[in-house]
Amino acid sequence: MAGESMRDVMIEARRPPNAHRGVVKWLQRNLFNGPINSVVSVITIGVLLWALWPFVQWALIQADWLGDSRQACSGEGACWVFISARFESIIYGFYPEAARWRVDIVFALMAGLLAWLAIPRIPGKRWAAIIAVVGFPIAAYVLLLGGHFGLMHVSTRNWGGLMLTLTVATIGIVGSLPIGIVLALGRRSNMPLVRAVSVVFIEFWRGVPLITVLFMASVMLPLFVPTEVEFDKLLRALVGIMLFWSAYMAEVIRGGLQAIPSGQDEAGKALGLGYWHRMGLIVLPQALKLVIPGIVNTFIALFKDTSLVLIIGLFDLLAIIRAGLTDSDWLGFATEGYVFAALVFWVFCFSMSRYSQYIEKRLQTGHTN
Amino acid sequence: MNEATATSHGDTPMIEMTGLNKWYGDFHVLRDIDLTVKRGERIVVCGPSGSGKSTLIRCINHLETHQQGEIVVNGVPMTQDVKRIEQIRRNVGMVFQHFNLFPHLSVLENCCLSQTWVQKKPRAEAHKTAMEYLERVQIADQAYKYPGQLSGGQQQRVAIARALCMRPEVMLFDEPTSALDPEMIKEVLDVMVELAREGMTMLCVTHEMGFAKTVADRVIFMDQGQIIEEAPPETFFNNPRSERTKLFLSQILGH
Repeated sequence: MAGESMRDVMIEARRPPNAHRGVVKWLQRNLFNGPINSVVSVITIGVLLWALWPFVQWALIQADWLGDSRQACSGEGACWVFISARFESIIYGFYPEAARWRVDIVFALMAGLLAWLAIPRIPGKRWAAIIAVVGFPIAAYVLLLGGHFGLMHVSTRNWGGLMLTLTVATIGIVGSLPIGIVLALGRRSNMPLVRAVSVVFIEFWRGVPLITVLFMASVMLPLFVPTEVEFDKLLRALVGIMLFWSAYMAEVIRGGLQAIPSGQDEAGKALGLGYWHRMGLIVLPQALKLVIPGIVNTFIALFKDTSLVLIIGLFDLLAIIRAGLTDSDWLGFATEGYVFAALVFWVFCFSMSRYSQYIEKRLQTGHTN
Repeated sequence: MNEATATSHGDTPMIEMTGLNKWYGDFHVLRDIDLTVKRGERIVVCGPSGSGKSTLIRCINHLETHQQGEIVVNGVPMTQDVKRIEQIRRNVGMVFQHFNLFPHLSVLENCCLSQTWVQKKPRAEAHKTAMEYLERVQIADQAYKYPGQLSGGQQQRVAIARALCMRPEVMLFDEPTSALDPEMIKEVLDVMVELAREGMTMLCVTHEMGFAKTVADRVIFMDQGQIIEEAPPETFFNNPRSERTKLFLSQILGH
């Protein structure tokens, strides 16, 4: 009954002329296509070499890689022996050596789950999600803390290093996203009370520096709760970090919610869908997709700011490296330590950034709204 | 709810509005609207922009709230109760000026969404219904594409199919062809004419006077929030009573 649209009749398109290919052609077209451009290119390359060469020499060429004590360091370049000698403590902190296999299992589980969730070709995403949300936290809790099933109890005071950093970052990320979503929806709610509570919550946590939150969590909280109730210091820091970042997350997500045309929600209403269905099936999938860069930006900031827990006496990756610097056998290796810490943080953050770009491309459905 | 559904068939009018008034702040958009739509009736609502015609039909499925008066849809009186509103919406299909398809879902998923979540139909059955209606609007071959890959006319046909999948008893059209390029208006109107022939109760806000002449049982002319004139198309176009209607008709038919 519908007439043929004009678009149904297609005229075959001609192919564009062959693009130039090959490295030399590319250089010619992009870097050396004219005298001014060539000069700019040469100067830029020169400046880059001049600035980076000393670092490359220090960090790679003149560096010492092998050995197990200070004697292995020649003193000309970086001495990475410092890192390899302290590697175990950088990864595990003060976790008892006999129980470190438990941390390894948690790392392996986490890596496996991440791969399962992140690589589209692997099937069974629903199961992966269920395991990641329900199974993994229980397994990680039992394995890391111990005290059940004949496993030795390891107090969170002994947690440290990369293991602590990843624990704080993972729980912070996994906790702040859903809380942020709820707060963002609350802030746009029609119910005045819900809206007011959300606004006050968000504005409170956004207006307080994270360091203050951490100090309050570790120093002030015990003043308000009876002494019999002893909260774990790590747990207190985790709650503080989660609430702090959920406020930021809420604002990022609210930006996405506002960008979705009201017609989407109206179409959902007209189809008889209730509030949670409209949000969960129509509005949030689009809004979250729109703000992936902002969400990942928040994840990255959160990941890096986990290093602030050192001010309340938790030994994360950075703190454990700093602690290593005071070792009398290894005085004077601060640069190596900080460069290594920077590299580890950078690898994690850069991976998140790249993965988010990949996901953005994958979710592109040629949206015109 | 039970007494409400019990009377949903027979001679009860499809839509009954009495003494409807609505304000946006101090602006009086709808004034004393009384309108009854019988089962199977096709009504075209027209009028200058800002006359309240879109607002009027958006009140029927509670996309807009009214402050005074009563609306009874298919025997169910409209209240503020969310369950009641959702019950009414399930019987009322709506097609929007800007299509409002869900861009993150394929055409087929757009049509299955409310069948799955509102009517709780099994997947296979929802698919079957969706394909049936996509077939009827002649767009089944695009079922696995995303809305962004379709032309405006195709998107609007999908939107009609999506609304029909809920098997509504009345369809509301809010300027369904106003956002379309001229060459695509016909394909959408053809679908609507077909739907009217099958006996669907329709309430259509449109400027397509040709459509009004072909299918409407009644044409309603609104201005400044009031129903100025209400007549069968022959009378409406040939012997309009009010001066406002004459002026309006001369402006839209004059060129």
